[in-house]
Amino acid sequence: MIDVKAPPLPPKGGVPAARRRAYRPDRRHVPVLATLALLILMYVLGVANYDGFSDIQVLLNIGVDNAFLLVVAVGMTFVILTGGIDLSVGAVVALTTTVAATLLHAGWPSALVLPLVLLVGTTLGLGMGSVIHYFKVEPFIATLAGMFLARGISLLINRNSIPITDGFWTFMAQRRIRFGPGIFISTSVVVALAVVLTAALVLAYTRFGRTVYAIGGNADSALLMGLPVTRTRVGVYTISGFCSSLGGVLLSYYMLSGYSLHAQGMELDAIAAVVIGGTLLAGGSGYVLGTVLGVMVLGLIQTILTFQGTLSTWWTKIVIGILLFAFIVLQRLVTRKAR
Amino acid sequence: MSVWRHRLFWPVLVLAALLASNLFFAPRFFAVRLQDGHLYGSLVDIARNGAPLILVALGMTLVIATGGIDLSVGSVMAISGALACVLISDLGDQNSVGGVLAAIAAALLLSLLAGVWNGLLVAVAGIQPIIATLILMVAGRGIAQLITSGQIINVRSGPYRVIGGGYALALPVSVLIAAAAVALAVVLTRRTALGLLIESVGDSPTASRLAGIQARTLMLMVYVFAAVCAGVAGLIYSSNVASADSNAAGNLIELDAILAVVIGGTALAGGRFSLAGSVLGAVIIQTLNVTCVSIGIPVETTLLFKAIVVIILCLMQSATFRAVVTGRFRRPPPASPSPAAAPAPRTEIPA
Amino acid sequence: MAEPSPVLVMTGIRKTFPGVVALDGVDFRLFPGEVHALMGENGAGKSTLIKVLTGVYGVDEGEVLLEGRPVRFAGPLQAQQAGVSTVYQEVNLCPNLSVAENIFIGREPRRAGLIRWAQMRRAASALLRRLGLEVDASAPLSTYSLAIQQMVAIARAVDVSAKVLVLDEPTSSLDASEAAQLFTVVRRLQADGVAVLFVTHFLDQVYEIADRMTVLRNGRLIGEYRTAELSQRDLVTTMIGRELADLAGIEPGRPDAQAPRGEPVMRAQALGRDGAIAPFDLSIHPGEVIGLAGLLGSGRTELARLLFGADRADRGALQVDGRRVHLRSPRSAMARGVAFSSENRRTEGVIGDLTVRENIVLALQAARGWARPVPRRTQDELVGRYLTALRIQPADPEMPVRNLSGGNQQKVLLARWLITSPRLLIVDEPTRGIDVGAKAEIQRLVAELSGGGMAVIYISAELEEVLRLSHKIEVLRDRKLVAELDNDATVNADRIMQTIAGGAAS
Repeated sequence: MIDVKAPPLPPKGGVPAARRRAYRPDRRHVPVLATLALLILMYVLGVANYDGFSDIQVLLNIGVDNAFLLVVAVGMTFVILTGGIDLSVGAVVALTTTVAATLLHAGWPSALVLPLVLLVGTTLGLGMGSVIHYFKVEPFIATLAGMFLARGISLLINRNSIPITDGFWTFMAQRRIRFGPGIFISTSVVVALAVVLTAALVLAYTRFGRTVYAIGGNADSALLMGLPVTRTRVGVYTISGFCSSLGGVLLSYYMLSGYSLHAQGMELDAIAAVVIGGTLLAGGSGYVLGTVLGVMVLGLIQTILTFQGTLSTWWTKIVIGILLFAFIVLQRLVTRKAR
Repeated sequence: MSVWRHRLFWPVLVLAALLASNLFFAPRFFAVRLQDGHLYGSLVDIARNGAPLILVALGMTLVIATGGIDLSVGSVMAISGALACVLISDLGDQNSVGGVLAAIAAALLLSLLAGVWNGLLVAVAGIQPIIATLILMVAGRGIAQLITSGQIINVRSGPYRVIGGGYALALPVSVLIAAAAVALAVVLTRRTALGLLIESVGDSPTASRLAGIQARTLMLMVYVFAAVCAGVAGLIYSSNVASADSNAAGNLIELDAILAVVIGGTALAGGRFSLAGSVLGAVIIQTLNVTCVSIGIPVETTLLFKAIVVIILCLMQSATFRAVVTGRFRRPPPASPSPAAAPAPRTEIPA
Repeated sequence: MAEPSPVLVMTGIRKTFPGVVALDGVDFRLFPGEVHALMGENGAGKSTLIKVLTGVYGVDEGEVLLEGRPVRFAGPLQAQQAGVSTVYQEVNLCPNLSVAENIFIGREPRRAGLIRWAQMRRAASALLRRLGLEVDASAPLSTYSLAIQQMVAIARAVDVSAKVLVLDEPTSSLDASEAAQLFTVVRRLQADGVAVLFVTHFLDQVYEIADRMTVLRNGRLIGEYRTAELSQRDLVTTMIGRELADLAGIEPGRPDAQAPRGEPVMRAQALGRDGAIAPFDLSIHPGEVIGLAGLLGSGRTELARLLFGADRADRGALQVDGRRVHLRSPRSAMARGVAFSSENRRTEGVIGDLTVRENIVLALQAARGWARPVPRRTQDELVGRYLTALRIQPADPEMPVRNLSGGNQQKVLLARWLITSPRLLIVDEPTRGIDVGAKAEIQRLVAELSGGGMAVIYISAELEEVLRLSHKIEVLRDRKLVAELDNDATVNADRIMQTIAGGAAS
């Protein structure tokens, strides 16, 4: 699991040095618990109102349809945990699909294309991270430039959608892992889950991960405590870049095409998923598990709208907006109490 | 005065270079001809198509001057255009001037409410501007689609068409509207004390509070102004294409507007602002688009240009980078008490 | 007592910044197992000395010996590795992480690259127990009080390296009982042989915990003393020193008139704010100058901020012209004729990017509201008048104020408030860090203003200045107003110092 810390033990004995406040559930878990409650509520409402909603595959399809978003959002989680933001993710996803489709179209072997496109996003992330850290450019602006750059390059490569017919790609797209009749997930879900688990492990059990939290908590302190702030800060943007290009690869499996206009506005979805998942936008608090829940909330909204049929798609955006508002207010309250 | 000159020197130079390069590729670029009492030509086109961006950048300038940012302007454009078009399409006679005016008024009122929402979140609830306006950025397009029922609403209204496509005094009406807005903003900020107070709050909120400035009202005002500007821009855009497209209207314009403001020499950290600079910045971005067309490279390439411009501007505004260039800090970097930092005079006061 | 060899020796330390000699030939030694207080007023060079020790600054001259070996640290980290750890007033930890993590982050016990949480928690608990702290190591740091956080910082510091521990004003944000807890921890470390360098401005605490002290003044070493051999009163005298000579020629002299009476402009009754200033009574009359005396951190500024509405009082009552008021913001204080110029000129005073003219009209403009701009002609006239009257140099109203010297920035601030025609002017350290000439001008101005009927509250760490200007002197110590002295013939610097030091008062 993501959270490795047991809830604080009640203070033992009457030793005056430990003037602690009364026990209450760990404040850091409140937003994630709220998201979980929201998710369960939405699911129950869905099951109660729509036929066939309780079908296991409905849940699995959320994963199938959002695997790429999940991977991108995991990368975004690292960045936001340090108190930064990455606006370039959607553009990097698009660039990845375009480059992959173009190279495959030109007959390059998929075994070469795959690592190459992953490298593209990673390099872009590394570049943005370096500019942010070394030149103290605001993450918002630096990743905005990265967004323009990535979108611009992909438009320059090809303005049109490029179909992908490569064998490996179509295999990955069509391969289903079946658990029973009509119950299946796609390979992308497996990849996404692997990313989630790795990210959770890194954040909870490695020095790098803990430094990410420390920077988000207080960057100056982290520096004074001798933590590798530079490496970590550049690292999170690199990770986000890598996750974006991996998300791009998954999207190209899903779409079987490369298109410079893919993933328009995906940065917003990713940020929304992370925030709804309970990660503090100011950094320092949040879990990958929360991001998974956040992505599932977004997916579930869409599923409910599909089942509803009469409610139109734009309600998705409005509901996401309302949820964002609710969670930002919740964050305000939680952080204000912390003071 | 020298600061002003310094600020606008580079933007002016860039604009001149862009225009000159057009001349190289399209010799008749500067030709402006009068036909049927209307001015035509590439330069007029730049101004006309650039009007929405100028308006949005104008509002964004004041928001940024207070140390904030408004990501929701594109969504507000979409909302405003959507409401106006829906109301007009519901009119029995789409050419009724009264009906069109009422629709415009309703659209602007809704924009104003959007600004109040943003302003309340930032000034009263104390939420970081980038996050506060993200909410409306996400939800706003949904609201616009809700208004249009997810359709592209086409209107055939003569009076409405005037806003984006009409001419008055030989000039496009949209240009006149933008000019009027600029004039209004200049008067509002420089003929009253608004500009001074905004700059003061943006430069140092703490010192401003101790000087008796109440930032709350100011913040509310700038977000409302930004939203109304965006609303007007949305009207111009939708009038120009005679329809409301909730997805295309104002797509990514927040980024262009921020870029325009930064090009114009207003620092993202807030403080001193230059409305003229922002207008110049908006014109540069618009010229960039036109230049690509006239040189014959795909318009999408402008994104690359913008990326390069942003990167250069970032570096110019970066204290560290400037330190390398000029050898001194203008403001101490916000983070990391690095040993390398030049000792600011106050560092040795606490004993 | 046979002294062991010192763990740390600093000799002939000289450090200059452009235009300032921060440290001039300072010697310092620290023995294992002692608590050594570093004392001095504002600008004495305490901070600089610590920064030199921990490698934040390099030195121009002098030598640092750690256990007999010359060292020169490139930064706090290197110092830490060599055995010199620092704990600052602001807790430099991450509030969002657990206590155990804060102690061990960067040095966590690991297996195969993965952190062993259980082992880390156990180690942290053991360490905390050894320091006498019963703290749940797995709880987030932010759930604990500042005092506990401070002690966790100490735990981390001594666990990283246990030779020299620098405590830089660790008790500034703590109340008395919290400070006592902290001292328990410090004594334990002392018993373990750790050398503790303790910086504070609370005199009582020095006498409670320190064995020895070194006093700095104006960047020079004044002396090293055993705490037992220097009385609190003598310590204050030593810290403040007397440098009357340079001001003697332009001294306006003690105010001759008796403190004016009648209706007070402002009257505070049991006004206070938790953690900032204990409830106090104060009334000030038109034409009266009240001086606030006390060491840095004694609550002078906190008191002034309550009177100006910069902070809200959470107890007591405030009256202006006999009417009860609640000051919710500086604006509401301004509306009642109160003006306040902060001691932090750069961060709370001038607006750096704005011009001299804009800075001067700012408060007046704020009071009028944005819709009623001060006409440009009035601005020019007002600004021109004050540029001349206060001799602000350069007298260019359109120059960004950041380009002015500290003294001129201070005058700009005074001008900002004077054009609002306040009835009560509060000035906090208006003469700190400015040259002698400007200092005398500002003092003369204050005397003139009170002569014209303005009430003035004058805050200064310089007793001579307070004595010269005030009708009444309020003495503060440890965030309490401890005495009110009428500035008559019986009052002199000695008596004030005695009061500040907590000897027989008034």
